[in-house]
Amino acid sequence: MSRLFGFEGLGELLGLPFVQNAFLAAALLGLVAGALAPLVVARGMGFAVHGTAELAFTGGAAALLIGISVSVGAVVGAVVAGLVFGLLGLRQRERDSVIGVVLAFGLGLGVLLLALYEGRASNKFGLLTGSIVSVDSSNIAVLVSVTIVVLATLAVVYRPLLFASADPDVAVARGVPTRLLSPLFAVLVALTTALAVPIVGAILVLSVTIIPGAAAARVTSNPLAATLLAIGIAEVALLGGTLLSLAPGLPISGYVATIAFLAYLVCRLVGRVRGRVRTA
Amino acid sequence: MTPRPPSAPAAAPPATSPAAVAVRGARVAFGGRVLWEGLDLDVRPGEFLAVLGPNGSGKTTLLRVLLGLQPLDAGEVRIAGDPARRGRGGIGYIPQQKALPEDMPLRGADLVGLGLDGHRFGPGLRGRAERRRRVAEALAAVGATSYARAPVGRLSGGEQQRLRVAQALVGDPRVLLCDEPLLSLDLAHQRTVSRLIDERRRAADTAVVFVTHEINPVLPLVDRVLYLVGGRFRVGTPEEVMTSETLSELYRTEVEVVRVRGRLVVVGAEDQHAHHDALESVR
Repeated sequence: MSRLFGFEGLGELLGLPFVQNAFLAAALLGLVAGALAPLVVARGMGFAVHGTAELAFTGGAAALLIGISVSVGAVVGAVVAGLVFGLLGLRQRERDSVIGVVLAFGLGLGVLLLALYEGRASNKFGLLTGSIVSVDSSNIAVLVSVTIVVLATLAVVYRPLLFASADPDVAVARGVPTRLLSPLFAVLVALTTALAVPIVGAILVLSVTIIPGAAAARVTSNPLAATLLAIGIAEVALLGGTLLSLAPGLPISGYVATIAFLAYLVCRLVGRVRGRVRTA
Repeated sequence: MTPRPPSAPAAAPPATSPAAVAVRGARVAFGGRVLWEGLDLDVRPGEFLAVLGPNGSGKTTLLRVLLGLQPLDAGEVRIAGDPARRGRGGIGYIPQQKALPEDMPLRGADLVGLGLDGHRFGPGLRGRAERRRRVAEALAAVGATSYARAPVGRLSGGEQQRLRVAQALVGDPRVLLCDEPLLSLDLAHQRTVSRLIDERRRAADTAVVFVTHEINPVLPLVDRVLYLVGGRFRVGTPEEVMTSETLSELYRTEVEVVRVRGRLVVVGAEDQHAHHDALESVR
């Protein structure tokens, strides 16, 4: 237990620039992931996000092997996957099987690429489980620009996107370009996923891109409130996870996933109690 | 059911006001199969047109044409004088009632609001007060104010379909397109929804194109019928079209139309054209 929770020397750690970078990165990721999460849930894209994360992992592994920036590799892998999945549209069954096929292939390829890589083992492990302290100021610059691009795009397309996600038949009838919005949203998700992979790792990207949205949906059906709540949950999970992981020196993913999961349980509970009140 | 009011407009509109919907020589074919051709149709403002026919006869396709989602192979279609095109304003659309997922992240008022400006890009920060007022009015008009803030996924099918009516009408459309909006509703809700549509077209002169496989729930409201069968069609008042003679001609087999207590029963026109005609094709 003492290995999991330690606060020894936390004060000094918090003064270090790389630790401050880590917090900044976590905060930015929480903002974009939380903003997208309710739409990911509304569109039923959980599996697609998982597939995108695995492809980001493949891209990152390939980048490690050929010696270029892992972030670049992750972005390329995720955006390619996002475009493929986005073009599949909203038909659930067909989409799920294609995602499964691409995901399995990408994961296998990524493992092979990692096995061929002869550099530091922590680089390999970091792709799967994340290591936020490796975030440096050039990563921060990328994070800031992607955050701005994603949030600005979202502000412009939010209403038609919500329409197309929640009410596709009427949205099409009203002329919403659903075929265009689907890949566009997938690219936004892919960019966010690619940012999340080095931080929380490919395996646990879902903990910041799905859980906050799924949790918020339990408590409110007001789209704006759901978005704000999802951002709040993502921030608490990421910042809290970063803080808890510092002194023990363990990967943050376990902490982030646990906090997010607890938030989900709380939201389910609140939703259930409220539902009972409403029907009573 | 209320009897058909004698004041229902029957005469041709004055030449100055363009028809709400004007179809000329329209032809749609998929592959080698002609859905219909040479279709001429005018729907006046305030008129209620029921579109009937078996599955696969192109009822939903006609709506897609009016919405600008399906191009014609020949002919032209105009909505309020302008060529139909995707995303044009002034058209309301009510889909079939489909159970909305329980965790759908929308409240009643949000669903209606999407009907007003959900197709617009941009953050939509201006005119929020005006938007709220119009949404509230639309909700009140269909008697849905009490569940305006409830999650749509938790509402009954009838309540959801009332919201659909408000969603379609909130933009003050000149033309209202309905695709089997009464399907899977119980009788009481069928009456409510058709009454709401009827009130609107009388109050605001909205033309209604109402696709249905069952004319009886709306029979008292219908001004004219477009009956489509296997590429053939007939347009006219229910009295003209819903006869044994006309339907036998359309179906090319012995069909009998019987009036039973104010209801029309069509015997012998069982659906031989089982074909997928659902909204799936709209996606």
